Amino acid sequence: MTPQAAPAAGTIDCDVHNAVPDIAELFPFLPDRWRDYCVEHGVTSLAPASYPSKVPLSATPESRGGPGPAGSDPDLVRAQVLDRGADLAILNCLYAVQPIHNEDWAAAMASALNDWQAQRWLAADPRFRASIVVAQQFPQRAVAEIERFAGHPGFVQVLLLAGSQAPLGTRAHWPIHAAAARAGLPVGIHPGVAGGNPPSPVGWPSTYIEEYAGATLAMQSQLTSLVCEGVFARFPELTVVLLESGVTWLPSLMWRLDKNWKGLRREIPWVGDAPSAVIRRHVRLATAPFDGPHDAATARRFLPRFLDQIGSVDMLLHASDHPHWHHRDPEQALLGFLSADERRKVLRDNALATYPAIRERAAA
Amino acid sequence: MTRLVDCDVHNAVPDDAALRPYLPARWLDHMDHVGSRTFSPYEAGFVYPKVSPGGGARTDAWPPGGGLPGSDLDFMREQLLDRYDIDLAILNCLYRAAEQRNEDYGAALATAVNQWQVEHWLDRDPRLRASISVTFESPELAAAEIRRAAASHRGFVQVLLFPRTLAPLGRRRYWPIYDAAQECGLPVGIHFASTTGAPITSAGWPSFYIEDHTSMSVAFQAQVTSLILDGVLDRFPRLKVVLIEGGFAWVPPLMWRLDGLYHRLGAEVPDLARLPSEYLRDRVRITTQPMEEPERPGDLLELIEEVGQHILMFSTDYPHWDFDHPKRAFQTKLPPDVHDRIMRGNALDYYDLGA
Repeated sequence: MTPQAAPAAGTIDCDVHNAVPDIAELFPFLPDRWRDYCVEHGVTSLAPASYPSKVPLSATPESRGGPGPAGSDPDLVRAQVLDRGADLAILNCLYAVQPIHNEDWAAAMASALNDWQAQRWLAADPRFRASIVVAQQFPQRAVAEIERFAGHPGFVQVLLLAGSQAPLGTRAHWPIHAAAARAGLPVGIHPGVAGGNPPSPVGWPSTYIEEYAGATLAMQSQLTSLVCEGVFARFPELTVVLLESGVTWLPSLMWRLDKNWKGLRREIPWVGDAPSAVIRRHVRLATAPFDGPHDAATARRFLPRFLDQIGSVDMLLHASDHPHWHHRDPEQALLGFLSADERRKVLRDNALATYPAIRERAAA
Repeated sequence: MTRLVDCDVHNAVPDDAALRPYLPARWLDHMDHVGSRTFSPYEAGFVYPKVSPGGGARTDAWPPGGGLPGSDLDFMREQLLDRYDIDLAILNCLYRAAEQRNEDYGAALATAVNQWQVEHWLDRDPRLRASISVTFESPELAAAEIRRAAASHRGFVQVLLFPRTLAPLGRRRYWPIYDAAQECGLPVGIHFASTTGAPITSAGWPSFYIEDHTSMSVAFQAQVTSLILDGVLDRFPRLKVVLIEGGFAWVPPLMWRLDGLYHRLGAEVPDLARLPSEYLRDRVRITTQPMEEPERPGDLLELIEEVGQHILMFSTDYPHWDFDHPKRAFQTKLPPDVHDRIMRGNALDYYDLGA
């Protein structure tokens, strides 16, 4: 059993998952109509099936020590993340409002979730930050939710799930990107089910390991969509953060997309620069899981080449992905390889550069 | 001596009339009164229009005597086989038999395509080999056609599947195909194409052909993941798998990811005898076109080393727009032994073409 490595002092942890201990915790933040709906219709939980509670990856043994689901106790998360050196932790709550087909219910649950995050988490410790959870399947409702929390010092990002009904670059989603850009918030994309498409591009996998492996494929399709649709040409100030989806696949996709752009760009004339250049400017990736080589010799050969290929370490954001339990050796190899300056960027400075709301509050 | 093997060439059925001599009366009647019904919203053409007419053909590949690109053997000899001194070429006919929603009609078409390939291609040029067209969404019918075609001609060297399937190819419903392929000693080759009505990404339908084309590598990654983790390569220990036109730069990161996940989630797949990456390295081969092009050309050498120089097999994809020239495809000069393996040796060994 590999112990979860303790983060170094002064870090910003860009992907921590806070869990709803019980749906009743949200009831104080729900209008009567929807509280009654949950009770009378037997809705007992919206915990996502994409992290089955029994599966080892879903929670480290240590994080399972509390009375509720892993990640549901602010005190425990404080002790296991913040008190081990992380100056700040960005909470990405995965309680699944995004697969709800009922628009009004979905929007009400997203609002309740954010109010609950503000009161139970952001107020519990000034080192917590949170992402705004939105009903992305209904973009206008998502916009209203973003605007409700724009300017709130604790909310630093808009959270979207990668398993969307339609790719997130498509025009139907542009109001969300516009609202995020207006509010100065990056859009964080995280694996998760938001729309009824099978979790793999070729149908329903039989095993969880196959499904989880495929999370990186959804992210590759989302990045392709965001670039090809011209989202970054339309919203030049927008930053997108790719969460928990591996990192090492990025060069292979940039090369394929660049080559196709040379041959096919008359189809997408608004993409005026090579896709790799667009990606380097606008996209950041959280390092957990890194999905790098497992043996030290390969890692030594691979890492310098990889960093040259992505362009710089500025694209990488440290994350523990607490309480999810990964094989962390490849990520430790990355941090071990970096110079002290580069390590400081990955562990902290890149997050400050990526998240204006964190930067401004730190300066205040 | 064999110097150059092209592992992906497309011969085209010129029109439905070419298949009539091979169809029984029952299906001739169907062709005349119903015809093709696929998962596409269009009677002809593609939901993502390709970059050029003729299914994305090179503009110079239209035969001077008429007909579709790839439909005229003499012109293919002139433009491909003779011009580049190709000693062996594997034909992957993309006629839409496998896409038919009427399974029996699809199976009849697949048989007709294969018989047409024997008469019009394999028997007319000793340099040609061919893949067996099958209705892979009807695995029992596909298995029967594999056994029939393999027995009919030694020029069939592969079973042709497409990567965008109704379910991941590792699932049990597809196992009759692997049983037949293994029994006949033929690799299954999975070739770039879309054939189902399902969204082509797990994030839904993208807007553009450039996304359709780019995301094809994603479908390949999903399929090889499924074949490994669903235990197909354990259950069929002599089965071979070729990935055709899906790229290969994604291989190292995917293998690192799968090995890392196996470390944490291996309890779910206790029957796997080895690390996921070992199955790919030992059992799977990948054709080169369209190869990803690193921004620093020299990085291609490291990439090939990381993927495994024994894994890659050269292909041109003639007559399609993104054709790779046998002498100009690689951005950088490969060491002679590596070049030799990729251009001929790996394919000769894996397909057993020397026999």
